[in-house]
Amino acid sequence: MTARALRQPLSLRLASGGFLGLWCLIAAFPIFWITVMSLKAPIDAFSPNPLHVIFGPETVARGQGWSILDMLLGAGVLYATARIAMHWLPLAVRTWTPPGFAALGWLLGSAVLGVGFVVAFFGVLPAVTEVLNPLAGPLGRDVVGATTEHYRTVWIDRGFANNFKNSLIVTTGVVTVSLTVGTLAGYALARAGTALAFWILIAALVFRALPHSVLVAGYLPVFINSAEWLSPILGENAPTLYGKPWAVIAVLVAINQPFTIWMLRSFFQNIPADLDEAARVDGCSHFEAFRRVIMPVMWPGVITTGLFSFLLAYNDFLVTSLLLDASNQTMVPAIAGMFNRETTTTDQVVAVAAAVSITAPLFLLVMVFQRQIVAGLTAGAVKG
Amino acid sequence: MKFRTFAAFVAPSVVMMLLFIAFPLVSVLVQSFFVTQPVYDTVEVETCTPGFLGQICTTEEKSVPRRDENGRIVEVTRFVGLESYRNVIEPDRFWAAVKAHSWAAVQAIDFWKALRFTLMFTLVTLPLVVGLGLAIALAINNAAQAVRGPVIFVSLLPFIITPVIGALSINWLFRGDGILTAALEWWLQRDIAMFAQAWTIETLMVLYRVWHVAPFAAIVFYAGLQTVNQDSLESALIDGASRWQRLRFIVIPHLMPLIVFVAIIHLMDTYRVFEEIVGFSSQGHVISLQWLTYDYLKPDQAGNRSISRASASAMLTMIGIVIILIPLLRRTWRDHRRARA
Repeated sequence: MTARALRQPLSLRLASGGFLGLWCLIAAFPIFWITVMSLKAPIDAFSPNPLHVIFGPETVARGQGWSILDMLLGAGVLYATARIAMHWLPLAVRTWTPPGFAALGWLLGSAVLGVGFVVAFFGVLPAVTEVLNPLAGPLGRDVVGATTEHYRTVWIDRGFANNFKNSLIVTTGVVTVSLTVGTLAGYALARAGTALAFWILIAALVFRALPHSVLVAGYLPVFINSAEWLSPILGENAPTLYGKPWAVIAVLVAINQPFTIWMLRSFFQNIPADLDEAARVDGCSHFEAFRRVIMPVMWPGVITTGLFSFLLAYNDFLVTSLLLDASNQTMVPAIAGMFNRETTTTDQVVAVAAAVSITAPLFLLVMVFQRQIVAGLTAGAVKG
Repeated sequence: MKFRTFAAFVAPSVVMMLLFIAFPLVSVLVQSFFVTQPVYDTVEVETCTPGFLGQICTTEEKSVPRRDENGRIVEVTRFVGLESYRNVIEPDRFWAAVKAHSWAAVQAIDFWKALRFTLMFTLVTLPLVVGLGLAIALAINNAAQAVRGPVIFVSLLPFIITPVIGALSINWLFRGDGILTAALEWWLQRDIAMFAQAWTIETLMVLYRVWHVAPFAAIVFYAGLQTVNQDSLESALIDGASRWQRLRFIVIPHLMPLIVFVAIIHLMDTYRVFEEIVGFSSQGHVISLQWLTYDYLKPDQAGNRSISRASASAMLTMIGIVIILIPLLRRTWRDHRRARA
């Protein structure tokens, strides 16, 4: 009875579907559009005519573009890579890695796949299409303008590779340290129902709301003069904390800590306390029970929390732009420097290419970890 | 769990939070009452320029920063009380403007300009985010099982994107003759400059923020929709409740705790609005409280950072956070006491 009574009239279903389609369009459009823009010559990229932006006549006129053959082969390489990543990679990792080294195997496998993709896509593919295009007649003629010169400018001439390296250092540091510190605290907070635990959680909640600029206003004078006040302890080689990536890592870990312990605590609460009691009866200390019994079943929660720590560190602008000097700058503040001195449209398209370069890893992240991200978003919420 | 074990587990996290959150807070509070400045000496400088029949010499008084034996500039820190706060709020100018009934004059003072925008932004985006999030969640819940995954994937993109980059990408669609500005011009048949006045920029910022946060609200609400009690829905149906009544009296009350959760998170995050100002480079027209502190912290042309002024504006920003948090803390405290009783 219910199924039929709950069935919706066609108009409602159409409206709901249409609204969802519209939302998806709005959600994806800006990201799709800047990706298209980054591949075009400046005149095309900032043309008021959308068709010019998509097909890039000016870019084709410069002799830079993709023919139908190029696009087919490119799509083929992309599809093959996706296929290998989905099917062969898990299989290969499972068969080749010795037990206990699964994470290392995944890392190595993904690295090999990544390098293989770059070689195939940017090395072999252009060489192959260069030979084939003249032979293919109309299929080999450029139809869509596309150029990678802006990406070359960003990554090679503007030294974005260095910023990428810095981002990598900062994010890796933040994720590792905040997970190590956070799992310990999250476990204890989930298991102890004392008033002290409650007050720590409340303090963390208050800390989470603080504007980051307030904290940075506290760090800056201390960090800049750190060589002076550290010298009584560390002597001659007391470091200036200002501009050091590891100082920023410590700061971001601390800023992220309230969120991390709240999230990990709610994941730990899902693991029945009987499990550690059983381990304790078998003679484990609290720490052993945590390490040998609880952690192995906590991986999904740890991965989810790690993703959010990564996002915080990767997306941060305020802390990194104020506390790092130019040579240690991460990607996001670096792009702000780029579009602020924009003078020509070429500079702007270069900034667009930089923006797409920053977004691409996040795109991959959502693709691989969609389920974990959704779990993380709802973890704190559904339990109230 | 014994207290010793608990302390050992929690210590690293608590130490980090004390060292990098609680301690800076105290030091900001202290800094806001002090000013550190170089010591200036007034010296008479005689400059001579060669002229016809001898030199023309002028003596003028210049203030030069005093240097110690190593050649470093000597700085003194002195207690100034509330002067930094006065410099940020500019009460004299503010009262003069209020007495003159001039809204424009009030808005000419940075702090009040930032305060107005921050409050407006927080209050306007909140209902939009909750409303759009709820609509998306209902639509996803209504869609066929097969399309839900891809739709959630696409919906996550605006949420996951770096805020500065997200704001920039919207900016590029509208900047100058960007295609959306071109489309608007074609539709309204008039010339439009989106970045020439404050209200258009503010509208774009609100749109950007709603685009950025609505997916979060939608996914939280979608998860909540999975646990709606089917029995109550069925009995409501038998009682003849219309679709709208079922939504209004069963689904929304069920989602209420989640709506409160999203609203609180959103208030905390929006009150810190900052990346939009950077992404839209709108500091000429629109600024926010957190941007004001950031601006004081950035070295100016002479390389000086106005730390004490930044501390004062940071402490003023804190007042708003405290106001937002009070109802939340009171509720948690009540729940906690009830749980222990």
